[in-house]
Amino acid sequence: MAKTQVDDINRSIYNIKNEDNYSYKMQKGLDEKIVREISSMKNEPTWMLECRLKGLEMYNKLEMPTWGPDLSVLNMDEISTYVKPKSELNTSWEDVPEEIKNTFDALGIPEAEKKSLAGVGAQYDSEVVYHSLQEDLLKQGVIYTDFETAVKKYENIVKKYFMKCVPAEDHKFAALHYAVWSGGSFVYVPKGVNVEIPLQSYFRLNSPESGQFEHTLIIVDEGANLHFIEGCSAPKYNKVNLHAGCVELFVKENARLRYSTIENWSKNMLNLNTKKVIVEKNGVMEWVTGSFGSRISMLYPMSILKGDNAKMEYTGISFAGEGQNLDTGLKVVHGAKNTASVVSSKSISKSGGIATFRSNVVVAPNADGSKSNISCESLMLDDWSVSDTIPVSNIGTDDVEFSHEAKIGKISDEAIFYLMSRGLSEEEAKAMIVRGFASPISKELPVEYAAEMNNLINLELEGAIG
Amino acid sequence: MENLLKIKDLHVNAGEKEILKGLNLQINKGEVHVIMGPNGAGKSTLANVILNNPEYTRTEGDIIFENENINDLRTDERAKKGIFMSFQSPEEIPGISVQNFIKSAKVAKDEKPVRIFEFKKNLEQTMKDLNMNVEYSNRDLNVGFSGGEKKKNEILQMLMLEPKLAILDETDSGLDVDAIKTVSKGINMYHNENNGVLIITHGTKILENLHVDYVHILVNGKIIKTADGSLAQEIEKQGYEAYREEKANG
Ligand SMILES: Nc1ncnc2c1ncn2[C@@H]1O[C@H](COP(=O)(O)OP(=O)(O)O)[C@@H](O)[C@H]1O
Ligand SMILES: [Mg+2]
Repeated sequence: MAKTQVDDINRSIYNIKNEDNYSYKMQKGLDEKIVREISSMKNEPTWMLECRLKGLEMYNKLEMPTWGPDLSVLNMDEISTYVKPKSELNTSWEDVPEEIKNTFDALGIPEAEKKSLAGVGAQYDSEVVYHSLQEDLLKQGVIYTDFETAVKKYENIVKKYFMKCVPAEDHKFAALHYAVWSGGSFVYVPKGVNVEIPLQSYFRLNSPESGQFEHTLIIVDEGANLHFIEGCSAPKYNKVNLHAGCVELFVKENARLRYSTIENWSKNMLNLNTKKVIVEKNGVMEWVTGSFGSRISMLYPMSILKGDNAKMEYTGISFAGEGQNLDTGLKVVHGAKNTASVVSSKSISKSGGIATFRSNVVVAPNADGSKSNISCESLMLDDWSVSDTIPVSNIGTDDVEFSHEAKIGKISDEAIFYLMSRGLSEEEAKAMIVRGFASPISKELPVEYAAEMNNLINLELEGAIG
Repeated sequence: MENLLKIKDLHVNAGEKEILKGLNLQINKGEVHVIMGPNGAGKSTLANVILNNPEYTRTEGDIIFENENINDLRTDERAKKGIFMSFQSPEEIPGISVQNFIKSAKVAKDEKPVRIFEFKKNLEQTMKDLNMNVEYSNRDLNVGFSGGEKKKNEILQMLMLEPKLAILDETDSGLDVDAIKTVSKGINMYHNENNGVLIITHGTKILENLHVDYVHILVNGKIIKTADGSLAQEIEKQGYEAYREEKANG
């Protein structure tokens, strides 16, 4: 069938495996010499080297997480923390080396850039190889660059915000991130500027036995508005790859930020990412997340609702297939009056996959009039897959509206029979039911990403039978 | 007459229990058959096993469609051959619109892409013919539909997918008079000399305006009587009591 063919093409897209053609690949492991070498290669100011060394110190001090998935497959001595691609930073796709450009072409990035994005960043292994921003946004003072450029060109702003949202002490992999960070994006939207069309950064990890540690820092100033999209993927290798990015977001008074992620790491990836936002008065933060890839994910975007009336919405879906343990969730701190959080999470597990959703709601004693609504729905496609929700809350005031609802269900044989009785194959029937289950989330995504998500679902269910 | 469906000595289990106990039935192209029988007789079992619902196991006998033994075909393969069932209780599928569902089913069945414009026009016209609100084509499949809306939606699918054999399992049960008339109209629109209809019902309203070729009485897993259309009126008046006794005696 025509559709199956498209899926096949797509599978190979994610799996495009270019030769490990770096211009420099750091020796494996992690020590001070390596951290200093990364810093000096980047020619960065001393304060940044100090941040890195602080990160390293914390990394060595902090314990591995004692809860969640087993991370014993990770051996830092087997990971190269820095892989410089054979490309400089370019502002025209024409200048990006052919092999790398072809990869991003296949992933549809330049095409999406023409149709529906106001700016694009593309990272390959440890460095950003392409960046663009529409002229009119530049004129309005919007800044969107790779993080290395930001450290040099916008040093004062970066210095003011870097490490202020996510400290190195946050957890072991945040510390690791600070020691070896490379690449990522910096966005500043000035007061009152409405960025109507999304910006997107795409992170591609090609090099085997390596890590990607991009840093994303976004500041949406008072009354401004931004939709930022993050995509990521990698070809599959036999040995472990590591992703420990860090996302620091600042939503100022009356500002609004939507942060959408479509994550499709290969199934040898450990995705130990950290994301956090601080939302000021009347600010709105929207997280939209689709997690499909990785062998193990531990990812719990955190929102600090710092100003009165600040609001956070989380809409997310995760899909755990064979051999995957996706431990996701969120944390929200209601730190001021009349703050609100609305969470809608869906998870799908199949072929022994494990999908866990942890929610942690903290309401400070002064956060009177706050509301938190959490709804989690899980769909298990067979008897040996696992879905779990683990809610934790710590409510410091009586003047609060709090609800948590969890539904766990199995895909119904009768529904599959119904669809098959109309001529759909078992795989198509299951994919359709799963797409329907996911549709409240895919509706939140830009059209192309909704289509990509549906493709990923079809892909996941394709190999399911026979 | 060209043979459409032939069922020979069919035995079917649900779990450990035998439900169909040697059932024979032949439907030719152009014919309308009616099956009546008390609750629990095995009517839905028959409809489901013709489409190979995995809940039921065929232990003996053959199902032959257009002279081909389809015993070993999967549900979707049977559907693609042209067998359709209007479900007694249609499933609700959240997040999938009526329109997208029917389109996907049509693409799967015809194994070629549909022409979108033509498809939409056809869908809307058919919905109007069935007194359905055209807006419903964008609603999630059967979710929040009333009983009558669900059943009309089954008839809509039948008309859009154009099967060779349509099995209607109590499509009229629980519907008001007007809705039954609409369903009956839909069957009329569908039926022609090249296809067959098998109507499972307890009433005769759905049969008005249809020429019924055969009425079968199904009791305790077997067809115990077959006659012309007048038998349906008789059953509607007198019920199944007489046949229950027959069962007890024999
Ligand atoms: N999945 C099943 N498992 C066990 N018993 C079943 C199942 N489906 C139907 N039955 C039983 O089989 C008998 C026939 O059911 P059914 O075919 O639905 O009857 P009808 O449609 O004629 O009312 C009933 O006794 C019913 O309880
Ligand atoms: Mg029945």
